[in-house]
Amino acid sequence: MDISKHLLVPKHTKLSDVDKKKVFDKYSVTVKELPKIMKDDPAIHALNSKVGDVIMIERESKTAGRAIYYRVVIDG
Amino acid sequence: MKHDEVLKEYSEKLSPALLQEIAASVPANIAKEKLIKILEEAAGLYSRAKINAGECVGLVGAESIGEPGTQMTLNTFHLAGVAEMNVTTGLPRIIEIFDCQKEIKTPMMEVFLKAPHNTIDKVKKFAAALKETLFGELVSEYSLNIYEQTLTLKINETLMKDYGFTDIKELAKLLKTKSKGFISETKDYLIIFTQKDKGGENLKEMYGLKEKLKVVKIKGIKGVKQVLPVKRGEEYIILTSGTNLKDILQLSEVDATRTYGNDLREVYEVLGIEAARQAIINEVYKVMEAQGLNIDIRHIMLVADIMCASGAVKGITRYGVVSEKASVLARASFETPIKHLINAALEGEVDRLTSVVENVMINQPVPLGTGLPGLVTKMK
Repeated sequence: MDISKHLLVPKHTKLSDVDKKKVFDKYSVTVKELPKIMKDDPAIHALNSKVGDVIMIERESKTAGRAIYYRVVIDG
Repeated sequence: MKHDEVLKEYSEKLSPALLQEIAASVPANIAKEKLIKILEEAAGLYSRAKINAGECVGLVGAESIGEPGTQMTLNTFHLAGVAEMNVTTGLPRIIEIFDCQKEIKTPMMEVFLKAPHNTIDKVKKFAAALKETLFGELVSEYSLNIYEQTLTLKINETLMKDYGFTDIKELAKLLKTKSKGFISETKDYLIIFTQKDKGGENLKEMYGLKEKLKVVKIKGIKGVKQVLPVKRGEEYIILTSGTNLKDILQLSEVDATRTYGNDLREVYEVLGIEAARQAIINEVYKVMEAQGLNIDIRHIMLVADIMCASGAVKGITRYGVVSEKASVLARASFETPIKHLINAALEGEVDRLTSVVENVMINQPVPLGTGLPGLVTKMK
């Protein structure tokens, strides 16, 4: 079953280390301050992510059209 | 549009929705300078409309959801004799969502079917197949024979055929895994179980077998207690009472992109934290809309974001998001203050007084608005 096509599930992508650094610089945050996502979250199963990775989430927003959100992978 | 690259430059300053609106409303052959002027003006207005740093959005959100919430209970009305499923609405539902309760009062799913399956006849048939049927429903008589140590079940013939079983042997097969240690025989509409090793304390076992067999699932999806095919727009969908998203999304006839349930914990387990966040927003907004209340969706989005920030769905309760607050005083100000204070004292917790409530308590400026920035001086 592929849940990534479900209407409720936005697109999840794993960031490369370079992109990760860019995000941290842009918002001047550390890894600890980002919202979290569990390692075994069904939406990131296919991404093979490990603890500490940053997941970019492209949400469909009613107010902004498209909104970017970041979550850091933690051990659940 | 020919000025795509100009629009792209503003993708940092303006939201995608706004850019799209601007692109759609300006004439196609607009001069580049004019477009830049429009975008510049829009970007200015947009940045002025943004929430300032230090604005207490949580407080504003709480007021904005709380005030209309007080009017909600007064406007309860009930729909007598409407062939819809009974769903919790109004304040009870809001509390259910925000507290993220484990067992919700009316779990339900909306099952959408793929194209060739969503005609009225097929939907009806499929709905009947979804409903969970337990073996106990088919049995019209149980008889325990203590002397011969047998358990005889009489099956209701018409019901059995209604549920699509033609042969009693099919039924007996389904019961096999649950009746270890017993030999089963079928005769007309009777199923007879005989214990393999006779003697000893087996009356109890036979009694246990009877109870076990009653709840054997013979058909349908576990947890689906009731089904109701309804027309939604152009197509027919199935409303179910009782949820089991995981199993239902695996069926090939089901449209796995639109089918959803109203149990947030289940949505979280099956579809992940982001889906749960979206589900919270949708569910709360649906209740508010049904009551005719107009709440800005941003307030609900904020609450949903807070509930989902830790990677799991946490309710706005003392066990949920409040328990994660760093400050003892802030936790104590919510519920069960003495418990929190005693535990903090036992553990030697330190309160850094970095947030709002604890500063209100000790009569200091709170870090909000003009109280937020600190003063930095150079020390010699």
